[in-house]
Amino acid sequence: MSVPLTLLGLLEREPSHGYDLKRDYDAFFGRGKPLPYGQVYATLGRLARDGKVVAGEAEPGDGPERKRYVITEAGVTEFETWLKDPVAPEPNLQSVLFTKVVLALMLGRDAEEYLDAQRAAHLRRMRELTELRRTGALVDALLADHGLFHLDADLRWIDLTTARLDALAEAVRS
Amino acid sequence: MTAVIEARDIALAFGETPALRGAGLSVEAGEVLAIMGPSGSGKSTLLHCLAGILVPDSGEVHFNGQRLDTMNEAQRSALRRDRFGFVFQFGQLVPELTAEENVALPLLLNGVRRAAALAEARPWFARLGLDGLEKRRSGELSGGQAQRVALARGLVARPQVLFADEPTGALDSLTGEQVMDLMVASAREQGTTVILVTHEPRVAAYADREAIVRDGQARTLSAGPVAS
Repeated sequence: MSVPLTLLGLLEREPSHGYDLKRDYDAFFGRGKPLPYGQVYATLGRLARDGKVVAGEAEPGDGPERKRYVITEAGVTEFETWLKDPVAPEPNLQSVLFTKVVLALMLGRDAEEYLDAQRAAHLRRMRELTELRRTGALVDALLADHGLFHLDADLRWIDLTTARLDALAEAVRS
Repeated sequence: MTAVIEARDIALAFGETPALRGAGLSVEAGEVLAIMGPSGSGKSTLLHCLAGILVPDSGEVHFNGQRLDTMNEAQRSALRRDRFGFVFQFGQLVPELTAEENVALPLLLNGVRRAAALAEARPWFARLGLDGLEKRRSGELSGGQAQRVALARGLVARPQVLFADEPTGALDSLTGEQVMDLMVASAREQGTTVILVTHEPRVAAYADREAIVRDGQARTLSAGPVAS
């Protein structure tokens, strides 16, 4: 998650105070990891320094700094470029799962037991996400779906690997 | 917890081909259990043995503590009709009947009078988002609608156990998840135990627990603590 680009996106919607940006960030993207105020203002400061946003005059009032931030043309361009570029697909060929299986086989340990434990852990997480998907708002459901599809892909890989353990053991021990 | 269904060391071969080799499984009352496993692993055969559709060559199947595998066909048939509900992947609706008659079918077969059976069937249409489709025949329903009708039929007689074999296998992902949502919610509401065969992790994730069948043997998986 790119905090600067996400804040730029929120500012593309409308000029906002740091407080509003934090609130919206936490509501849509925080997922239990709220953005610290310090990070919000540090990020806005860097974006202002780089000409991506401009800060209005400080407004009177109590509490944290009250400046309204506005996105610039350069900020809009950067945000649009980021939005259009697909995220690099990450095949995770050297994932922890893969490494553990290969090492287990190399060392003559029970790779199937490890894969079953991993499968159970994946399914437990999928149950949690399914519950979130079922009971949460649409935004939560979409995020849960994203997680579910990725875990589903991992599980298919676990199934396939389990079915090929004997051949894989020969390959890594030869 | 009380086991509603339990298989002990069951084996079954089709001719020379062993399908189950000492499979054991216990399902608690009110639980939703997913049986997973690769194609040809024996998971559907296991389901059919648990439901009394097939009789194992050896081993025992218990339902409410009673031996199911030693019952004769008529007794098992009565049990399936009275206590079990079924949802399969394909072709479950009787094409000559309307949707509401299809839902009412288990009640009609149990001797409930037609008007009473239809009255019992109709609320399921609103419950499963099928309002207005009561008089349609199966050919006039989409795959997702037909599967929801089949689900209503599986649950209408308030079975103690619902057996579902790849219930979303013929549906797209979104429709399949709607069916699963409804199946699990309805079953929990009326305290029905669900035993579900699926090869899809996303479907299994609706269950409380999963068992995996490999080479004709079943094992229940338990997840240990996850490393952070």
